Amino acid sequence: MTQTKLSRRAVLGGAAAAAAIGTLNAPFVLAQPARLKIGLMLPYSGTFAALGNNITDAMLLAINEKGGKLGGREVQWVRLDDESEPSKAAANANKLIVGEKVDILVGTVHSGVAAAMVQVAREENATLIIPNAGVGAATGALCAPNIFRTSFSNWQPAYAMGKVAGERRHQNVVTITWKYAAGEESVQGFKDGLAAGGGKVSKEIWIPFPNDEFQAHLTEIASLRPDAVYTFYAGGGAVKFVKDWDAAGLKGRVPLYGPGFLTDGVLRAQGAAAEGLETTLHYVEDLPNPVNQRFKADFKKTTNRDVDVYAVQGYDTGQLLVQGLEAVKGNAGAKREFYAAMKAAKIDSPRGPWTFSKSQNPVQDFYLRKVVNGENKYQSVAVKGLDDPSTGCRMA
Amino acid sequence: MDWLFFLIQVLNGVQYGLLLFLIASGLTLVFGILQVINLAHGSFYMVGAYLAFWLVSRTGNFAIAVAAGVPLAVLLGYLVEKLMIRFLYERDHLTQVLLTYGLILIFNEAQRLLFGSDVHGVPTPAIFTAAIPLTDNLQYPVYRIVVSVVCLVIVAAMAAVIQKTRLGMYIRAGSTNREMVQLLGVDMRRLSTLVFAAGAGLAALAGIISAPLSSIYPGIGENILIVCFVIVVIGGIGSIKGAFIAALLVGLADTFGKVLMPEFASVAVYAMMAMILLWRPQGLFGRA
Repeated sequence: MTQTKLSRRAVLGGAAAAAAIGTLNAPFVLAQPARLKIGLMLPYSGTFAALGNNITDAMLLAINEKGGKLGGREVQWVRLDDESEPSKAAANANKLIVGEKVDILVGTVHSGVAAAMVQVAREENATLIIPNAGVGAATGALCAPNIFRTSFSNWQPAYAMGKVAGERRHQNVVTITWKYAAGEESVQGFKDGLAAGGGKVSKEIWIPFPNDEFQAHLTEIASLRPDAVYTFYAGGGAVKFVKDWDAAGLKGRVPLYGPGFLTDGVLRAQGAAAEGLETTLHYVEDLPNPVNQRFKADFKKTTNRDVDVYAVQGYDTGQLLVQGLEAVKGNAGAKREFYAAMKAAKIDSPRGPWTFSKSQNPVQDFYLRKVVNGENKYQSVAVKGLDDPSTGCRMA
Repeated sequence: MDWLFFLIQVLNGVQYGLLLFLIASGLTLVFGILQVINLAHGSFYMVGAYLAFWLVSRTGNFAIAVAAGVPLAVLLGYLVEKLMIRFLYERDHLTQVLLTYGLILIFNEAQRLLFGSDVHGVPTPAIFTAAIPLTDNLQYPVYRIVVSVVCLVIVAAMAAVIQKTRLGMYIRAGSTNREMVQLLGVDMRRLSTLVFAAGAGLAALAGIISAPLSSIYPGIGENILIVCFVIVVIGGIGSIKGAFIAALLVGLADTFGKVLMPEFASVAVYAMMAMILLWRPQGLFGRA
């Protein structure tokens, strides 16, 4: 019993000391100009962790290139690992917007998580910048003046791939992807592009997310004898699918198409299995423009990693923050001016210059790429200045 | 689906089931004999996968990865049992779940510090890169067959040890009545350490040999853990035979669920589990 009392006293003493330190520090903090608070809700663990880290580091790179401040204000970053877990997404977004009272929220990679963030941002009228997730509704039915996206919509790269496949007159195309929002939107985009080019999808195969035992489906595809197959995977799933595709002997017999996420960031893990793969995306590492060359070198220097499309999107998010907050002198609360400045932003991106559509999604070029000697190589512009249909967006 | 593709799908299901058995066998041993719910079992699988990646990228030789990786994992299992698990045999399952869940977090963080969060791949060993043509546009990688054979060898070895040897007799007896076996002069502490280390070794072996078939990424262990628990429960806790049958059933249910009723593919395995448990609540080969 004595021990319990002693330890309780020690705990109380410790708490009192901590409180005292807190009081002493308080005037100190107030004396400084308040810092701009930006919440980063990104995956820092799990399958998409590498994506979250590249987005974060490239965004910081863009801001540090301009002196590390935004509109003259110091920035306090609040990082939160969203674990790519949709069931925790609304609570996490609330934690940052309501709990931490961040001025701006940046996130995320996973479309399901981003969809919940969009809902919370609309309810709380909070500023949200999406640096990857391509969920259509974010700049479609749920578009709002306070929601911006610096990446793409799932429909866009898929449409570009579909158009290329359609121009090749494929009449018996099978699609295979996980059954989740991103997969469904991607397949829709591909079908739209394919139809525009004159081709047709004969069967859609849907796999529960995140099941990656593909053997049964590859056997089914072989039995269907398609002209081409379109797939949408990223991260670990993309590595597994491409390797299994090769091992099953389908590679070289049936053309495999996909948006660039099929190879980006995972090419080394895919090894020889990815050789010759054709994909479409708004970025490819060997784009010759000077912004891209400089970005590649700087990112390598600061992180010791190679760039990928996720880093580019993070970099552009940083550029957008710089431009938008410069225009309002760091006052993120002056929303009308802040949003107008961001919407009018001209982003000189490593992917080539782009602007926002009316629904606040990038209008950008999409490139056809091909894996040659373990690297994605630029082939041609698949679609120039592609907008998103923004279905259901009342701002558009 | 013509008969040829039907047969290929059966092959796919059996092959997947055998691999699942290899992972689940260690779990059912530890669960049945030590009465410990080891959530960290998936972490040993992850340890195996990352050991394979690390050893293969260092030495370029897959045989070394197996030869060095399995003993390392057994040693890890030995230390975890000696330093932590052994204090929990008398405690309730909640304490065990808390400890082993904590271990998952520690293993995952260690993985992130050592290997980062990139996705990795391990190339198929050069001598097994060939493939057997099945139809004009489909082939079956030899390595998948090798993995199945390894799994079958392990099944036979485990059955032999447990049914035919004195050690196996102790293990079977220990799973029935721990105190009684101890009173008869068997060192149950040492036996427990051995079983736990062997379970860790089996999980790691599964992680190593399945590495070339899959991708290696953070959290790889948790994905496999759930289906392993399904297998252990269907088969009957502690029953190796049960785990074997259950793993094949799960492999086939998963494969045919995907092909025949894709809308319900994700629930096919769980629906089967529910039906079997309604019929036999103790599992296929579990003691009531």
